[in-house]
Amino acid sequence: MNAYDSSVRRMMITASVTLFALMLVAAFLLPFAYGTITAFKNKEQIVTSARGSILPVSPVKFTYNEQLYDVFEVPMPDGEVRTLALIRAGRNDSTFVDPANPEAGEIFWEGRWRTLQQEMTLDPQFGNFQQVWNGINFPILLRNTGVIALVGTIGTLLSCILVAYGFARFPIPGKSILFMLLIGTIILPRQVTLVPTYAFFSLIGWTGTWLPLIVPHFFANAYNVFLLRQYFMTLPRELDEAAVIDGAGPFRVLLWVIIPQSWPVIVTVSLFHIVFAWNDYFEPLIYLLGRPDLQPISVGIQRFNFIYDQQPHLIQATALLGLAVPVLLFFLAQRFFMRGVVITGVEK
Amino acid sequence: MSIFAPQNVKDQPLDKTPMTRRKQLWGLLFISPWLIGLAVFTIIPMIVSLIFVFTDYNLNTPEHIQFVGLRNFQKLFADPNVPISLSATFRFALFALPLSIIIPLGLGALLNSHYLWGKRLFRTAFYAPYMVPVVSSAYIWAGVLNSETGWINRLLGELGVPGPNWLFSVDWIYPALAIIGLWGVGNAMLITLSSMQGVPTELYEAARVDGASGWQRFRKITVPMISPVIFYNLVLSVIGLFRYFEVPFILKEGTGDPGNSTLFYNIHLYKTAFTFKDMAYGSTLAWLLFVMAFGVTLLLFWSARYWVYYPAGDDK
Repeated sequence: MNAYDSSVRRMMITASVTLFALMLVAAFLLPFAYGTITAFKNKEQIVTSARGSILPVSPVKFTYNEQLYDVFEVPMPDGEVRTLALIRAGRNDSTFVDPANPEAGEIFWEGRWRTLQQEMTLDPQFGNFQQVWNGINFPILLRNTGVIALVGTIGTLLSCILVAYGFARFPIPGKSILFMLLIGTIILPRQVTLVPTYAFFSLIGWTGTWLPLIVPHFFANAYNVFLLRQYFMTLPRELDEAAVIDGAGPFRVLLWVIIPQSWPVIVTVSLFHIVFAWNDYFEPLIYLLGRPDLQPISVGIQRFNFIYDQQPHLIQATALLGLAVPVLLFFLAQRFFMRGVVITGVEK
Repeated sequence: MSIFAPQNVKDQPLDKTPMTRRKQLWGLLFISPWLIGLAVFTIIPMIVSLIFVFTDYNLNTPEHIQFVGLRNFQKLFADPNVPISLSATFRFALFALPLSIIIPLGLGALLNSHYLWGKRLFRTAFYAPYMVPVVSSAYIWAGVLNSETGWINRLLGELGVPGPNWLFSVDWIYPALAIIGLWGVGNAMLITLSSMQGVPTELYEAARVDGASGWQRFRKITVPMISPVIFYNLVLSVIGLFRYFEVPFILKEGTGDPGNSTLFYNIHLYKTAFTFKDMAYGSTLAWLLFVMAFGVTLLLFWSARYWVYYPAGDDK
């Protein structure tokens, strides 16, 4: 096989592998398209689109003598296909008028009008989003989600940075056991702790407030500590030591030496926490039951859709409102997300 | 190779110089937020829930609490919803667990292929749905899987296959839920991919010289070399199955429809503890969950020594 043949072969394989991947991605992301298109329909359009066009279309109407008529593609005896409005529908013959030239008068046509192709036009229902925006009280949900996510992020950053710094840089008695315990909490099913924690929060009157969703994040969690510690371990100790010689204590080393070198991982942890808080459903559900004014977006959407069960277009519109912020955040900062995932999963 | 692998955390020999003592104190101070959190949000609640198991504590009557011995266990064995929900969880796992291992492997191999053009774009596209809130993805998929107006049945219809009533049929609900779960595959895929990228190329070259086919190279080199990550994904998937709650709860409101098939163990637990406020029996159910999850995890970690490969040097 000469070089030309093998490069042609290589290109062929590349084309087919890429085509295969494209088809896979299309199938994988198809639901986004479904959700978006459905969110712009009304109920009627959803019913008609079960057979016809998948887009939000409505029949074209033409006003003739102050009446509304449907418009069809009509094949004329001379072979020409004209776009005409049906003003009298009969079994074997019908009467049309040309919307472009109504003065030309009525056009008699022999044939079954039911076999004709009806003229449709794109008719997206932008009002759905307004209806849903007000229906779920989106501004309030945004405020609630934002506060829970941002305060939680502050808590996570404060606590996880301190803990990770401790694990990365200090001799601690029983450190290996403690670190294993930390990782072990990842596999602990949270139900075992959730029931009594719920009872406790309920007894001290924290249910129906944001506190159970925020306060625990001020006490560090395994994933973020791991992520930060892995990063801190890669930073050269010489800089720490130089700062210590200059008289800096452990807190100053953290503030002046470690944190300024760690912005990428700090951004990653913040983004992860914001998306986590934005998407979390279970805990807001149990702690904010019966407090719609405090619920975040995930619970708010579900409550709304439970009430409007039979409105698929509104359901899809809420789903889009719910995913807008995290997905946007991801596309703006995908490098941070992807790198963070890789560190927790793979690196030593 | 992963968060579960041996971690190279060394215990320092405890010399008692004042300098080291001071450093140790600083270290303890820095990790104290986590230590306090571990005590307050993990250890004490676990003890309390173990105590709850032997009481009749119900939050509807918070002043009343009485020890009832083993009565919650009697209830557990008599509760028809326990076998129903365990079997629902198990039958769902039959579909979901293989997918949660195979799909990340397949996508990882595809994204790692020398022949794929535009790798970064594909990687982003396959990962993106992972960012979608579970509430949104549940509703979007419920629409796509709708038997009348959804696109999947429409596509099947064009091919001449009558589509099933996915979310309302006892036979199709588990495949449907497993399909919905595919949107969560991004994390596992990314981890698998980057560990595939870490496999030394010399191994593939040596195998190619020996005449190994592409599939043989994947089976005999890639899979063993990335087995720590497969193991990591497997453990997290199993834990996730024990915790499975959100999608069926959002779509079915915890009713268990159709025919109790979505009464997953965790939904039963949720209703007991948080709808009926029965903390005692809820704790009993939670502990059964814990014991089962712990048992399966131990089994997995035990099995790991036979099929998970940790390169020498990672161990010590």
